[in-house]
Amino acid sequence: MTPAYELNGIRHCYGERCVVDVPELKINAGEVFGIVGPSGAGKSTLLRLLNFLEAPTEGQIHHQGVLVTSDVSLETRREITTVFQRPMLLRRSVAANVRIGQRIRGPVPKDDTVDGWLGRLGLGGLADAPVRTLSAGEAQRVALARALVVNPSVLLLDEPTGNLDPYNVGLIEEIVRAECAERGTTIVIVTHDPFQARRLANRTALMIGGVMVEVAETNHFFSDPQQPKTAAFLRGDLVF
Amino acid sequence: MQTLRRAFADALELLWSMDSALLEIVGLTLQVTLVALTIALLLGIPIGAAIGLARRLPGRAFLVPLIYTGMGLPPVVVGLFTYLLLSNQGPIGGLGWLFTPAGMIMAQTIIAFPLVLGLTMAAVQSVDPDLPIQMRALGATRRQVALTTLVESRIGVTAAVVAAYGSIISEVGAVMLVGGNIEGETRVLTTAIVLETRKGNFALALALGIILLGLAFLTNLVFHRLQVRQGGP
Amino acid sequence: MRPLILVLVVLASLAAACSNDPSEPEILRLATTTSTNDSGLLDAIISDFEDEFNARVDVVAVGTGQAIELGKAGDADVILVHSRAREDAFVADGHGTARYDVMYNDFVTVGPVDDPAAVAGTALASDAFTAVASTESTFASRGDDSGTHSKEISIWESAGIAPDPNSSWYKSLGQGMGATLNYSNEAGAYTLSDRGTFLSQGESLPGLGVMVGGASIDENVDPALLNPYGVIPVNPDKGNINSELADDFAVWITSAETQEKIGDYGLDTFGQPLFYPDSEAWGSR
Repeated sequence: MTPAYELNGIRHCYGERCVVDVPELKINAGEVFGIVGPSGAGKSTLLRLLNFLEAPTEGQIHHQGVLVTSDVSLETRREITTVFQRPMLLRRSVAANVRIGQRIRGPVPKDDTVDGWLGRLGLGGLADAPVRTLSAGEAQRVALARALVVNPSVLLLDEPTGNLDPYNVGLIEEIVRAECAERGTTIVIVTHDPFQARRLANRTALMIGGVMVEVAETNHFFSDPQQPKTAAFLRGDLVF
Repeated sequence: MQTLRRAFADALELLWSMDSALLEIVGLTLQVTLVALTIALLLGIPIGAAIGLARRLPGRAFLVPLIYTGMGLPPVVVGLFTYLLLSNQGPIGGLGWLFTPAGMIMAQTIIAFPLVLGLTMAAVQSVDPDLPIQMRALGATRRQVALTTLVESRIGVTAAVVAAYGSIISEVGAVMLVGGNIEGETRVLTTAIVLETRKGNFALALALGIILLGLAFLTNLVFHRLQVRQGGP
Repeated sequence: MRPLILVLVVLASLAAACSNDPSEPEILRLATTTSTNDSGLLDAIISDFEDEFNARVDVVAVGTGQAIELGKAGDADVILVHSRAREDAFVADGHGTARYDVMYNDFVTVGPVDDPAAVAGTALASDAFTAVASTESTFASRGDDSGTHSKEISIWESAGIAPDPNSSWYKSLGQGMGATLNYSNEAGAYTLSDRGTFLSQGESLPGLGVMVGGASIDENVDPALLNPYGVIPVNPDKGNINSELADDFAVWITSAETQEKIGDYGLDTFGQPLFYPDSEAWGSR
């Protein structure tokens, strides 16, 4: 099975400062890949590289077996989308926000896809609500609906439930899990909560200072870490 | 207090009687201001949006303070400048716009344009700087990102329209200088107010002022409804 | 303790500022017309009054109508205007204590140097006005109920003409003398102006020349073009009127010494005075 991503010799630097240094990484199609680690570890930058929003300073990324150059095609970019920690909604109604991904791609089909997703995310009845009346949890769910409506082959999540209450966290995790199971979407989730990774991810990686310290099956990662830094991190020590 | 009471009574009576001289003055006021506003919007919004979107524009450090200064131009100075341009001895005196509504429109456009430009620029700049990255992550092209940013800033742009409108409908220095306050030709509400004040007809002057404020309020009602429909508070 | 001291210091300085410190100049509010002010006469002679009486004269220059309203409202202590009928009414209605002759100047009819109505050198303004009306040459009116405007209206009346501001040739501007002259210069219009303002603006009005009234008041044969000024102290019944200083002003401006200064003003610059002294004191010196 062709991996969703294959990274080789990836280094990404801003001037003198290199924030990502990943010599080799494979992300399998249809898996949930979790990345944990302290802040400033380069995790968000890695996600931006995976969404082809920036081209790596060095190295190559293969997506679905095809090498992606800095001249990435619109079609390729549109197979991947990201949900960030801040929902970044537009000053419009909930429904208009959820539809925006479709509108970007072309004329909006007149079906009930949007309503369906609103229902699944517990936002039924809020379709016409202005976005500024939403709670933090509702807003983030709108952002998730917006991402899922366009049926991406890869869904990137950058701290998606960072500030949310347990109810919303649970709801979002449930959708993420179902999404992967039903449609085989590849999911890469960056989280500062290792327990979330344990709940969701097939494989988990620890990233510190831009480097992948350990990548393993989630069970092994948590019960039997190979690297001392991993063990220290899981113990709750500050690692860098 | 007496004068104030008389002023309100006079204002109502004037409006009720649809005094033809008053209607002429009100009509010209609206004509000059709305035409000037429209030209200023047609020029100012696109340019302001372009500057607002171009975060790495060369010369920004000079351009932006220049725009801010333009926003604070004293109207009477603009009037004087326009007068000198349009005068017989001036470079474009041949247009014959001095002491005509066309000249007044020109002066008011010059006053309103930097306001529209600067406030539109500020509205576009104040859109969440992370929005472009979210839009690109959703697959937007650069053009789509720019358009989305512009639509996001629409509440601020409406505020720019309101501010520009308020500044020119109530200004008197420029239209007095360039228009000449000629009865039946270039007399607008503000210049009429100055005249009646000079003549000592304080109650009438105040009544005209009340009418002017009423006009401004009605138009602002419309603008605000537009803002609310666009998702504003 | 410290805030209390600060409050006391502030109160003390406020009290000092409000006290009747004899070295502080008294303020006299003088309401006059724009043309009087624009001529520069007041700037030239007021400081003599201020020095002699330890006063500060706040000159408010507005249209005649407004100046009179200021007097009626008690917002001025003394008025100096040139509209005899309204001055008399002002005193008769009890707004002013009395009217005193001060000076006079004259009006001239000015017009474009190419003179489309062919009125240059006409002796009487009313005849010139008639010619302007019949040729429908552009005429600019002050249109602001000022003294000059009232004079213009009376000349039209004596010619039996009632010009219509809606007609294409008669423009009612509603502005001061300077602005009206500028307009006339630009648009090539005839207008009525006090000689003083016309002389002082002379250089900036290359398109205009004197049509009726001659080169100086001596040559002006039209009695309708004479323009007398009156000073009226405002009635102290209105409250807050500095009537003592207002009376001092009236006496001072009509005194022989000041009258001589008035008669000298403009002599150097224009070769002729802008105003002619006319007070009782001057007449009986």
